[in-house]
Amino acid sequence: MSEPHKAVALISGGLDSLLAAKVIQQQGIHVEGINFFTGFCVEGHTHAIRKKDRAKPKRNNALWVAEQLGIKLHIVDIIEEYKDVVINPKHGYGANLNPCLDCKIFMVQKAKEWIEQKGFDFIITGEVIGQRPMSQRKDTMPVISHESGAEALLLRPLCAKNLEPTLPELEGWVDRERLYDFEGRTRKPQMALAAEFGFEDYAQPAGGCCFLTDKQYSVKLSDLWQARGERRYELDDIMLLKVGRHLRPRPNFKMIIGREDGENKFLHGYRKQYTHMVTTSHNGPLVLIDGEAGAEDLELAARITARFSQGRDAGQVDVEIHPREGDVHSVQVQPMRGAEIPADWYL
Amino acid sequence: MSETTLDARRMLCPMPVIRTQEKVEQLQVGDTLTVICTDPGAMHDIPAWCRVNGHEVIDIDQQDEEISIRLRVCEE
Repeated sequence: MSEPHKAVALISGGLDSLLAAKVIQQQGIHVEGINFFTGFCVEGHTHAIRKKDRAKPKRNNALWVAEQLGIKLHIVDIIEEYKDVVINPKHGYGANLNPCLDCKIFMVQKAKEWIEQKGFDFIITGEVIGQRPMSQRKDTMPVISHESGAEALLLRPLCAKNLEPTLPELEGWVDRERLYDFEGRTRKPQMALAAEFGFEDYAQPAGGCCFLTDKQYSVKLSDLWQARGERRYELDDIMLLKVGRHLRPRPNFKMIIGREDGENKFLHGYRKQYTHMVTTSHNGPLVLIDGEAGAEDLELAARITARFSQGRDAGQVDVEIHPREGDVHSVQVQPMRGAEIPADWYL
Repeated sequence: MSETTLDARRMLCPMPVIRTQEKVEQLQVGDTLTVICTDPGAMHDIPAWCRVNGHEVIDIDQQDEEISIRLRVCEE
């Protein structure tokens, strides 16, 4: 008996990729999953950081999907290579700093490289025509196939009947008649198919698996680039954008203020890389200073730090300043009143 | 059979899983790997990764903020 054909499925952890992989599995194809970690994935991080979220059950949805399907999952770190996608997207951004079309092209391209290395036959995605305004449109589907280099090796089982036949269909590895013709933003066909397969408890399809689709996050990333005078980032930068309250009182420095114990603990891990401050006379947040802050800037930052401590209504609050280089020193400041903090300082 | 330790402290999921996966690729069947991490999510994710990829979790130990997950590399 001949070996079954092999496909790799891009697994985001959402319903569509789960269904797409299942449809192909049911045709006797050996399927394995691949999941790309860009650094912007919503998965995991914020749950791990915020104490209030720690009590909630956590799971990695891509791993959960793989378990449901009984397939192997390869999680691939693409953090470094992905920077160019975020910084220079050929097809531009969506509503925020989300380069969805370039992102999909890049991921399919990486999957193409992967199948060549591993001897797999084709690639599956859970894309549906009309599902996403930027990347999942009838006119962008061929762009993704072509620019990724995957061409006819890219099969979208959920909307294949609305597209030109791909190699697996033409070669008879999969039966086109048993593929689907889903289209548009409605989720009803997917939910019906999920019920047919007996899938319950799948990740709710909110389209929010990437921080770059989030307006507030994009504002903070834009601010980071503007402050640095160049569009670049490191993993720590983009992690820190997910944590705390961010205020920029002056162009030359920004404050990252822990909002609760879990965030303070997380920020504490960065204390050697950043000037930081804490209130000592009252309970309060740990605050990182990103940028170059002079003495006056630090005093201003100390007043803001005091504002977010339990001493906000006190006349004076002691703040301990730990410069990145230099000696630790304390200042006594009057907490800034809420009305004194301009709204545009908040990022 | 070798015994290896991976320090994944301060990494947030899925990084401990990714580093575990990379380390396992360098090991032989029967070798053991102990992953030390601080993200509580790893306690769920690393065993899940082992289950889907056919490796065996030998034990999980938590001491304060540190979690140690010991696994055995199995035939995939």
